[in-house]
Amino acid sequence: MADNKDLMGVFADTDTAAEGARQLKSAGFTSDDYDVLTGNPYPEGAFGEHVKKNRLFVFALSGSFIGFAIAFLFTAATQTAFPIVTGGKPILAIPAMIIIMYEMTLLFAMIFTVVGVIFESRLPRPGGEGPVYDTRITLGYIGLIVTTTEDRLEKAEEALKAAGAEDIVRESS
Amino acid sequence: MQDRPTLTPTQINEELLWPVFSFRRRHAIAFIPPMILLMGGVAAVTILVYQGLWVTGLARPAFWGFFIVNFVFWIGVSHAGTMISAILRLTQAEWKRPITRAAEVMTIFSLITSLLHPVIHAGRPWRIIYWLLPYDFSRGIWPDIRSPLVWDPIAITTYLTGSVLFVFTALIPDFALIRDQSTGLRKKIYGQLALGWRGTPRQWKLQGIFGLLMSALILPVFVSVHSIVSWDFAVSVVPAWHVTVYAPYFVIGAVHSGVSMVLTLMALMRWIFKLENYIWEDHFDAVGRLLIVIATLWLFFFFLDFAFSFYTREEQELAVMERRLFEWPFNAITVIMVFTSYIIPIPLWLSRRVRRNIPLMFWTSILVNIGMWLERYFLIIPAIERKQELTFLWSNYVPSLIESLVVLASFGMVGFLLLLFAKFVPLVPAWEAKEGVVFREDVQFGQVVLPGIIKETEEENVW
Repeated sequence: MADNKDLMGVFADTDTAAEGARQLKSAGFTSDDYDVLTGNPYPEGAFGEHVKKNRLFVFALSGSFIGFAIAFLFTAATQTAFPIVTGGKPILAIPAMIIIMYEMTLLFAMIFTVVGVIFESRLPRPGGEGPVYDTRITLGYIGLIVTTTEDRLEKAEEALKAAGAEDIVRESS
Repeated sequence: MQDRPTLTPTQINEELLWPVFSFRRRHAIAFIPPMILLMGGVAAVTILVYQGLWVTGLARPAFWGFFIVNFVFWIGVSHAGTMISAILRLTQAEWKRPITRAAEVMTIFSLITSLLHPVIHAGRPWRIIYWLLPYDFSRGIWPDIRSPLVWDPIAITTYLTGSVLFVFTALIPDFALIRDQSTGLRKKIYGQLALGWRGTPRQWKLQGIFGLLMSALILPVFVSVHSIVSWDFAVSVVPAWHVTVYAPYFVIGAVHSGVSMVLTLMALMRWIFKLENYIWEDHFDAVGRLLIVIATLWLFFFFLDFAFSFYTREEQELAVMERRLFEWPFNAITVIMVFTSYIIPIPLWLSRRVRRNIPLMFWTSILVNIGMWLERYFLIIPAIERKQELTFLWSNYVPSLIESLVVLASFGMVGFLLLLFAKFVPLVPAWEAKEGVVFREDVQFGQVVLPGIIKETEEENVW
């Protein structure tokens, strides 16, 4: 939604930030309307936030299939491209192929997992940390970001201040 | 139970980030020994490249001397780093927090160091490039995938790539922390590395899942890499190398030396970077207990290797075993190896008081690594000298000064790279240290207060 604006309340501790989330809900905002910024992980739901499901496993699984397929094609194609019979054995050396397929399956699964984490974390952000951010977040402060229409920003600010927000950071227009 | 300090986020930032924002004397002094070793190695490699491989005295059939012994040793050390970190993550062990990153970074630097050895061993390192690129596709000639010398680089590259990705992704929140605490060019660089990290619950949740998923993926790689390194030997037809027990024997040996190296690293980190608030005696106690099990498993495989050789009753096999046990200098090496890897440290580690004595744990971990380095020598050299009956060609391997300098330099290189890494990124993950504080909850039992850990709630959303 193009006309939505961000507003962040900066809280000094967990209790006031949790109170801020309660005040926002009392003011009619839902858990989809705000997000939390912290300098370290907190137990899920500590601030009443709603974390949408991720599809990280899809990335890992796709990577493993792709890696397996590439390794299979590579090992099979290279052996058939230059077919030398050694010791009367078949051209395709299955046990040796398995070793390479095993490694490539895991390699691609790992690469895709990292791509998945970055993608699902909505990174990289070309604009840096976003329209509203406060460097005190990594000092232990907690930020509650409300994303809403301009006419409701006042209401959100009142709720955050009532809960004890030390600062309010507004998105520059 | 040791008293655990309650730390504030600001205090954690200050205590873990000082090496990044300042360069104190203790950090500078720590650079001196590894740099001296490293310079010796650079000089040795320069002479080797200029004069050629003959300066090492390596000759048929014992071409695999100190370089390959050291290569296998560092591959082994690299194992425990990611292994210990992955196991602790998967089991969600609370004491993992100060150890994981240093262990994972040690994996990367050990792997890089080990990879240098075959390159140096080539004598004319630039010729390696002919083997790698440009490959002769025009004639349809490809690497022979039946060769363990092809499996080996593929496995090591997989492990190195996985470990680098593992470390980098777990570093993103700390890059953001340094970005937020700095100004100017440093802010710009760390800002790029942080990829715009903000610290939303979704990002933190994904970091948690990533740690578990990546651990589950990298553990099978860790087992395969040292198995494949062992197949460099076991797939050959050299007597005493051609044994089926080599893969698990190498893996457990790698874990033994690697976990001991993690112990050495923990003690050094605590002393150099003043990490007493993060690396406690409890950590040394826990790693010590783990090492008792690992060392005993290693001893079992050590005897199993003999059992496999004796069972075949092949003269060639028995000749190598006889040399390992009774001929100078291998008899002395065998005795030193068993004493330093097992007989001295294990009875000591059985005592809780020793496990919580950091200087003693440091020195016993050094002993284990001396023993485990000798173990690689014990496995490789007596067999490759081919001193058996009806042999066409045999030799007496004597390590040269050049090789010895390269071996010493490898220790210097890993130390140097770790110290350099610590100049740019905290060796203990700051966000994990803070998470540990958040999840900690002291619980009163009668008259004692014990540290407890809050885990996930039953309900998906307590609100």
